[in-house]
Amino acid sequence: MTSVWRFVSNALCRITGRKVGSTVVVSNSLNEFTTRASFDIKKCDLHGLEAGPPLKTELSRDEGLRFYRTMQVMRRMELKADQLYKQKIIRGFCHLYDGQEACAAGVEAAIDPSDHLITAYRAHGYTYTRGVSVREILAELTGRRGGVAKGKGGSMHMYAPNFYGGNGIVGAQVPLGAGIALACKYQGNNQICVTLYGDGAANQGQIFEAFNMAALWKLPCLFICENNKYGMGTSVERASASTDYYKRGHFMPGIRVDGMDVLCVREATKFAADHCRTGKGPIIMELQTYRYHGHSMSDPGVSYRTREEIQEVRSKNDPISLLKERMLSSNMASVEEFKEIDIEIRKEVEDATQFATSDSEPPLEELCNHIFSNNPPLQVRGTHPWAKLKSSS
Amino acid sequence: MTSQNPTFYPAEDRVKMAASLRCFLRSGKNAVSALRRQAFHGSAPAAVQVTVRDALNQAMDEELERDERVFLLGEEVAQYDGAYKVSRGLWKKYGDKRIIDTPISEMGFAGIAVGSAMAGLRPICEFMTFNFSMQAIDQVINSAAKTYYMSAGLQAVPIVFRGPNGSSAGVAAQHSQCFAAWYSHCPGLKVVSPWNSEDAKGLLKAAIRDDNPVVFLENELMYGVAFEMSEETQSKDFTIPIGKAKIERQGNHVTLVSHSRYVGHCLDAAAVLAKEGIECEVINMRTIRPMDVETIETSVMKTNHLVTVEGGWPQFGVGAEICARIMEGPAFNYLDSPVTRVTGVDIPMPYAKILEDHSVPQIKDIIFSVKKTLNV
Repeated sequence: MTSVWRFVSNALCRITGRKVGSTVVVSNSLNEFTTRASFDIKKCDLHGLEAGPPLKTELSRDEGLRFYRTMQVMRRMELKADQLYKQKIIRGFCHLYDGQEACAAGVEAAIDPSDHLITAYRAHGYTYTRGVSVREILAELTGRRGGVAKGKGGSMHMYAPNFYGGNGIVGAQVPLGAGIALACKYQGNNQICVTLYGDGAANQGQIFEAFNMAALWKLPCLFICENNKYGMGTSVERASASTDYYKRGHFMPGIRVDGMDVLCVREATKFAADHCRTGKGPIIMELQTYRYHGHSMSDPGVSYRTREEIQEVRSKNDPISLLKERMLSSNMASVEEFKEIDIEIRKEVEDATQFATSDSEPPLEELCNHIFSNNPPLQVRGTHPWAKLKSSS
Repeated sequence: MTSQNPTFYPAEDRVKMAASLRCFLRSGKNAVSALRRQAFHGSAPAAVQVTVRDALNQAMDEELERDERVFLLGEEVAQYDGAYKVSRGLWKKYGDKRIIDTPISEMGFAGIAVGSAMAGLRPICEFMTFNFSMQAIDQVINSAAKTYYMSAGLQAVPIVFRGPNGSSAGVAAQHSQCFAAWYSHCPGLKVVSPWNSEDAKGLLKAAIRDDNPVVFLENELMYGVAFEMSEETQSKDFTIPIGKAKIERQGNHVTLVSHSRYVGHCLDAAAVLAKEGIECEVINMRTIRPMDVETIETSVMKTNHLVTVEGGWPQFGVGAEICARIMEGPAFNYLDSPVTRVTGVDIPMPYAKILEDHSVPQIKDIIFSVKKTLNV
């Protein structure tokens, strides 16, 4: 029986052209799905480390479906945001995450909700994985009172417990993340801070300042460089003298990870988080990933890269397809099941869109609120001297 | 906990004390009355003389003891006892966890401080001088000041940024800038500028207990100056409310508004003017943002004349803001003459002593300005 499955699995591998070697664990009957399977994952390049993450990982059917769902929600949410932006319902900056879903999903799977996470402006994916609903994210993008920041933050400034945004200034979030890690160590709570930045931000001076202090003080900080090959319109080759971002921590150990494979991301993050948690100090992970959209909604994304390149990644390396094919070829789920999940997600995103486009804008009385925390109300000058506005905490 | 060796003052302190003594003597005809005003006001039985430096040290010590989330980080704050000895003795008492020496990385450590505040600690981030805060200003404004608003109240940032601000003695252009106007421009920040020891202690304690980002502007030339501190102000719970000015001297003829070191200059000028029958009301702003305009307006409605005094540059400065506010409020109709601003000279700070002395407001400039404003 096992050999039959192996034959099927190998055939599927040849058909999809994917190196998804798998050892299949067979369940009770032909009609049931495989509940658990083991997969080979790509070896990670190491810097300053004797050993790295394992080369094999196990995935349960439930975990797989959850991963699929999480990534598909992010994908559909970002595509919806694209649509709303083109309809001018979303304004200003909108940096979309589609293509990079495996990073957010894989990282979250390897840490606890009580761990901390901070990222830059391409943040909608992490906002979702850190617990904010699609509804609250889209309503924040459309600037309504039901948004996670009551419409006052927008795309780049969404927050949740243990999620510190969403940060607009490139690189500024990295010292912030090191500071959150300092608080973890200070409070002795065994938590870590995952601090994300991009290949563009990797050349910021303040990042190296943060690296130095994090290593010096052995802060439990997991630095992650999401290398999507372009900092706005500048390719990594044109921006960095060294594109080995996992080595840029110099005295800090680093791993370079296939960021399109959610299982690889999960294993690497587990490895790295363990490194931090056991007091060995900070570590860098470079996730090699790709964004389908341009830098932001005002960038078509084809003046500095070719459409062929984008198409190539979509067809050969899409993170959601990769997972789906793995699960299908290991008989962990059926095509119909995935279709059903897609339909559910579509409805979820449509409902959220309905809310985000019909909810009211924040009331004008809110304009001056939230200047100071825990403060008696104060008066704020409006646009002219007779406009005496009120600010509450 | 303050000085292990109270009779030993580093060279800079002795220079400062000589400077403040010269200051008294310059204020002129009657140095004794100036000293009397400074040292012997009030007859509280257990009053003591405390330098501004020691008052700041006490404030931090008391708050570190009171709340274990409070910690201090900055360059040389620990083993060096503070570049200006303000944190003397704290590292010995509290150790590496609470008093942290940082590398020379302002942007990095300011960001780390802000991040730690977001995650539940209450950092005191020291800039060796506020000139160096320019390297880190993005973290102060974009990461600290704006976050509570951007998050619609989800994320508070309880942090104090403190250090010496404004001109010192002979440190030249890159080390002498006043940042009161820069930081006070920004909503989401509180900006505090103490003058004497009581201010220093009460306001720093209030700043540390405040759940918001506070920029605390000290003055290096004031560190070594001693003031009397009453028994009440020595209490571990003594705080001064942020956002409230203090009337240091009552008067009927003209209102002098100032902050930091120049409050002392105003009082010295007032003492001289009193001999000529001109009674000045001297207001110590204490907080620049949020500004206590009401106290200034009430005073102007009494005296009908206003002179602002500051060390910073005139353009877009603290005095300029006061002028604008007075014009927009009820006090404008009570002015008998336009508001006068006494400010630093609009130049980078020179080095040579004679030039430096003429780059900042002197007591004679205040006296001259008052007389011009009163048309006498």
